[in-house]
Amino acid sequence: MAMDTTLPAVGSQAVVDLSALSALISALRQRGFHVIGPAVRDGAITCDSIEKLEDLPVGWGDEQQPGHYRLRKRQDGAVFGYACGAQGWKRHLHPPELRLFEAERQDGAFKVLRPAPPSARSAFLGVRACELAAIATQDRIFLGDRYVDAAYRERRQNTLIIAVNCTEAGANCFCASMKTGPCAQTGFDLSLTELIWSEDGAARHEFLVEVGSPVGGEILAGIDRRKPRKDDLKRAQSAADDAAAHMGRSVDTEGLHDVLYDNFEHPRWDRVAARCLSCANCTMVCPTCFCTTVEDATDVGAERAERWRKWDSCFTDGFSYIHGGSVRLSVKSRYRQWLTHKFAAWVDQFGSFGCVGCGRCITWCPGKIDITEEVRALRGVSASA
Amino acid sequence: METKTLTDVLRDHPFLEGLKPNHIQKIAELAMEVQFSRDHLVFREGDESSLFYLLLSGKVALEISAPGKIVRIQTLGAGDEMGWSSLLGGDGKTFQARALESVRAVAFDAARLRQTFDQDTAFGYQFMQRLIKVVARRLQAARLQLLDVYAPGGAKMA
Amino acid sequence: MSVLTVPSKAAPPPMNALRVASVVKENHDTFTLTLDADGEESAGRFAPGQFSMLYVYGVGELPISISGDPHETGRLVYTVRSVGKATNALVNRQAGESIGVRGPFGTTWPLEAARGKDVLIVAGGIGLAPLRPVIHHILRHRDDYVRLMVLYGARSPKDLLYRKQLTEWGRLPDTQVLTTVDYGGVNWRGYVGVVTTLFRYVRMHPGRTIAMICGPEIMMRYVIRELDKRGLPDSDVYLSMERNMKCAVGFCGHCQLGPYFVCKDGPIFPYTQMRPWLEKHEL
Repeated sequence: MAMDTTLPAVGSQAVVDLSALSALISALRQRGFHVIGPAVRDGAITCDSIEKLEDLPVGWGDEQQPGHYRLRKRQDGAVFGYACGAQGWKRHLHPPELRLFEAERQDGAFKVLRPAPPSARSAFLGVRACELAAIATQDRIFLGDRYVDAAYRERRQNTLIIAVNCTEAGANCFCASMKTGPCAQTGFDLSLTELIWSEDGAARHEFLVEVGSPVGGEILAGIDRRKPRKDDLKRAQSAADDAAAHMGRSVDTEGLHDVLYDNFEHPRWDRVAARCLSCANCTMVCPTCFCTTVEDATDVGAERAERWRKWDSCFTDGFSYIHGGSVRLSVKSRYRQWLTHKFAAWVDQFGSFGCVGCGRCITWCPGKIDITEEVRALRGVSASA
Repeated sequence: METKTLTDVLRDHPFLEGLKPNHIQKIAELAMEVQFSRDHLVFREGDESSLFYLLLSGKVALEISAPGKIVRIQTLGAGDEMGWSSLLGGDGKTFQARALESVRAVAFDAARLRQTFDQDTAFGYQFMQRLIKVVARRLQAARLQLLDVYAPGGAKMA
Repeated sequence: MSVLTVPSKAAPPPMNALRVASVVKENHDTFTLTLDADGEESAGRFAPGQFSMLYVYGVGELPISISGDPHETGRLVYTVRSVGKATNALVNRQAGESIGVRGPFGTTWPLEAARGKDVLIVAGGIGLAPLRPVIHHILRHRDDYVRLMVLYGARSPKDLLYRKQLTEWGRLPDTQVLTTVDYGGVNWRGYVGVVTTLFRYVRMHPGRTIAMICGPEIMMRYVIRELDKRGLPDSDVYLSMERNMKCAVGFCGHCQLGPYFVCKDGPIFPYTQMRPWLEKHEL
């Protein structure tokens, strides 16, 4: 394969094979990127450090249903043959625990010491379109609103994104309804579409690469690749179309904002509340949930104090605590708050839905609650068979 | 010197607002102008007082006494009525009423008022309509007061 | 698609460690802290209605309304009711100790919209503290406003705030100050009853009055009902809302009330924005 030495332009496409993908990972590491990608761990696909191609979940797929997650072995050796991992990339841009500052006492006064910003650069390898949309909405919250969050900005600026277009839809997926997938449109440095097919009796395994940014182009410049042929493009397109046509679930978003605000006392809320354990799993796995709390502590001698920011969930009973009581005391009110925030309040706050259709909350709910079903019930549509 | 007639004063009182002139006249015939000086107890707890008042000026406090203290639960002033329980007859006063400053009022013999209501039911209806509005408002305010909204930890709820 | 907050993408204001100049006892559980803001550039600047996040070293941070005179930029004044661990830590500071101050945050009372009109202030309990800066401002720009009416309710005489100032303000021309308590004792010769019972002693001109209300949520709801009965349009009524706050900059998610973040879309809201939400249970 002749190497094309010109700098790939933004929007240009190429095809690489497995060894090139392996070379891509090495190239990123050599440039000082900490590569983070999907890996099998503890019976699930999670985000982990990737050093080589074999660290990725090669040949693994997943089975997801309400309250159900299983890995399954694939026959085709696909690298990205799963729907979505247990958690997305949220923990790397919006850490579960973050020290905000240290303070040192100085006779009645104190000095605040800010932690040094992280200097490491990260490369996210394998970001799905729904996850890109989730990152985009967190960009809107932390970078594009009234105030800017410096901690998020520092991590975001140091992150390279290699997206992966879905060629199969999962049973809990509904990105097509939320208009966030299955194909990544923008927000990536490089995107990959995995192509596995037989030609002349032999198995072919390649990736269609698209350049999304100048940095992506620079990185691709050093990788063995060839020009895409018409049937590569067709194959990629039909895989994407197939994924879009076989979504496991759907949500009718037409007028949904008003439907939710108008149905504040709908009896459905009581029914879902009876099943909800308010365990907060959904908020932990949701790639857009962003609520945090703050904890202050001192060491034993009170010479040093620290403030930490930690993930929080609107499902906890103390979340809305004020004046001796919680505003949202009942589980019903907390479930309602979460769902209404995702599909109504988020629109008023940030101009888009807060849900990207990844289906994680459905998979990881011990009560098997399916938000697409809840939305359907609130719209007054009877559940389909 | 007071240049308004008693009828003018009654007509201007918020409690009697909208009452027809002939009804105002009826009421004026039963009215007595009264004055209380500061700290005067207008009625005491248990009194089977049979007077109903329309306050014209000054401030009256409804109080109840307990060992070691007096608790004031409401003040009434110009434009208010006082002593509505007299109109129902029966049990004596639940609270005592103390003028906090000089008070001018118009007083009515409740028994005679009730007699007039029996004779002229249209008049009785008009009067009772106004009374129930006042009592309802008083009840709402009392309920809100009960909530103790300023208590630390918010209102007193279960 | 219009969103609620102007995306100004500002850097959040840093924390300044300011020294306590004095702690004055207002009543049995409420104290006023004055912090020296002279050294820090513009640390003492705020608009009436705004709040700061006050940090007590090693204990925690709380949102507290600024209750001083906005004209006096050399200091920051906070009236704090001690109801728990954090507020207790705050009121127990000594002069000379430092408190971390972030802010000011939030929306402000509508002093511009109220120009040329009567201003009706209705406060309940500690709610008078966030409204005091309004009174200061009006008194410094007296000709910009017509009548000033202050209706203040508290639990009992020993819970009243700023008694001396209330009396002084009441003596000023075109100014009416009425104070009531829910429960009075033998030494209280003022009004007794919920704050709405004071309305009958005030002449209100709908269309020429801006009302500003602050107090417990229940109290604000029944005051608004009363204002509604008297014909004040929703757009002329403003209230100060309160919710759990951790960050004050719209990131922690705790202060959400329907679609609003109380820390940045509030705490001051025109009633037109709050009307659909106030009566919703457990919002």
